[in-house]
Amino acid sequence: MSNPPETQLCPSRRRWLAGALAAGALHGVARAQFRVEISGVGATQLPVGVTKFREEDRSGQSISGIVRADLERSGVFRIVDSNGDFDETSRPAYPEWRGRGADALVAGSAARLSDGRFDVRYKLWDVVRGNELSGGAVAVVSADLRLAAHRVSDAVYEKLTGDKGVFSTRIAYVTRVANRYTLRIADADGEGGQVALNSTQPIISPAWSPDGRALAYVSFESGKAVVWAQDVLTGERRAIANFRGSNSAPAWSPDGSTLAVTLSRDGISQVYLMDPKGGNLRRITQSSAIDTEPAFAPDGKTIYFVSDRGGSPQIYRVAAGGGNPERITFNGSYNISPAVSPDGRTIAYVNRNGGEFKVMTLDLAGGAVRTVSDTVEDESPSFAPNGKLIIYATRSQGRDVLMTTTLDGRIRAKLLTTGEDVREPIWGPFGR
Amino acid sequence: MTPFRTSLCAALVSAWLVGCGSSVKLDDAAPVVDAKANPAGSNAANANAGRGVNSGQSSVTTVDASKNDAMAGIGRVVYFDYDSYALKDEFRPLIESYARALSAAKTKKMVIEGHTDERGGREYNLALGQRRAEAVAKSLMLLGASDSQLEAVSFGKERPANDGHDEAAWAKNRRAELKDR
Repeated sequence: MSNPPETQLCPSRRRWLAGALAAGALHGVARAQFRVEISGVGATQLPVGVTKFREEDRSGQSISGIVRADLERSGVFRIVDSNGDFDETSRPAYPEWRGRGADALVAGSAARLSDGRFDVRYKLWDVVRGNELSGGAVAVVSADLRLAAHRVSDAVYEKLTGDKGVFSTRIAYVTRVANRYTLRIADADGEGGQVALNSTQPIISPAWSPDGRALAYVSFESGKAVVWAQDVLTGERRAIANFRGSNSAPAWSPDGSTLAVTLSRDGISQVYLMDPKGGNLRRITQSSAIDTEPAFAPDGKTIYFVSDRGGSPQIYRVAAGGGNPERITFNGSYNISPAVSPDGRTIAYVNRNGGEFKVMTLDLAGGAVRTVSDTVEDESPSFAPNGKLIIYATRSQGRDVLMTTTLDGRIRAKLLTTGEDVREPIWGPFGR
Repeated sequence: MTPFRTSLCAALVSAWLVGCGSSVKLDDAAPVVDAKANPAGSNAANANAGRGVNSGQSSVTTVDASKNDAMAGIGRVVYFDYDSYALKDEFRPLIESYARALSAAKTKKMVIEGHTDERGGREYNLALGQRRAEAVAKSLMLLGASDSQLEAVSFGKERPANDGHDEAAWAKNRRAELKDR
């Protein structure tokens, strides 16, 4: 891991113009263009300039706009006045950029190649020290221009923070317009969505396989809840849990060899394990209460789930091989929808308090609980694969919307303000 | 008026029975269709409204066949309290009626669909709706229906009966529906 930004880029000489420029009109324009609504202020945001990529207007994608929105949404960066006419081959006027309050600068180009592809190039400079930090080039077809932009964001993020970026990962979610339900797969910023499944009946609980090739989900197309698994690339799908009663809440084990599901086949909703094709069914919870929403810990050895065995829904954990469950949430009378962080140290979940449903995090070692949302109808939290962001569903201005938030709740961004109801987000793995 | 009584009255009015009785026998004789009698508020009266007695060859009399359904007049929906899957006493007559019908006709099959209001998570609500459906199914079985005649399923909060966002709407959505299959 490289150094964190505070040591790599001198923090002492930052903000003298930050208030005048970074919070000004140009900043707002960049946001509006990409429909990313950011709320909150981070304590240690790194000011970065991202100039317009040369020839990006002719590519059909605002590559610099995508990069700016990515970096902002991460909560780690603040975009400064980024007007400037140059590319990755230029030599930036460091004093001018320092004057704008920037600590780092990104520039690049997207030239059309003779074969119709686009040559996306970028360079990253340390404005404070006045040197080049990294650069890269990739030739892509136009359909992959957004991906190329997200890869630039990932490279910048990793170079400046030492953590792997998640901007080129994918998310899945469900949109609803009247009685049309659509399972979509999109870039991590919610844009560029492609349809995986259309239905006139509800679709809930999508779950990525660890290799990112398949989605399991619950579809009501047959008149009841049935768990399906679908190959994302080919569209090939099969019902993998279709027992008497309801079949729901699919969750993949980290090695992809096992699925946990909730079945009511034995008279009440309980958690079972099965092979991804539906075989080798075994029940792992044994209660006379609701047991549901299984989620594997990243080591695959522990399963978190929700049970109302104590009189109200709370989060428990049990060994994946079975055993005595241990209750882990104690604050409040309604704690549901656990998601485990990639390092296994934190769970995100939804807590009801006085009629408000909020995404919370629980530090499993220390027991500290933190509220990370400022909305009151939150659902379905899911961690980014680098563990630095949580995506969740909520309601805003009468619509179902998706939000991302940093784990400290300081920087939140609303995705996809398209006017459709959007729900059931799940963040996909690294690699695509 | 309770939700049960509201739906009962609605069903009775549509079957042209006058008033809202407190008990309904399954073997009650269906009233005879009589266009001349035209009870106030009936379908037939509406169909001939404004035509007078000499309505000529164009007149049409509406007949409602739903009264021939032995279960007409019996509600098909059981309502629940918030966060609860406890069956309320007021729905006991309804459950008993269906249990009798199921035990009298062993080839009859029903599906019980559990539902919740919109508050809370989709999966937990799916399980809660399932619990409501199972509660109805268990009562039916205790009263003579067979396990093989019934399937309890859930739609959680996915199919509200009322699209509102207030307690009145939520009360209509916390329900189990009994459906023939």
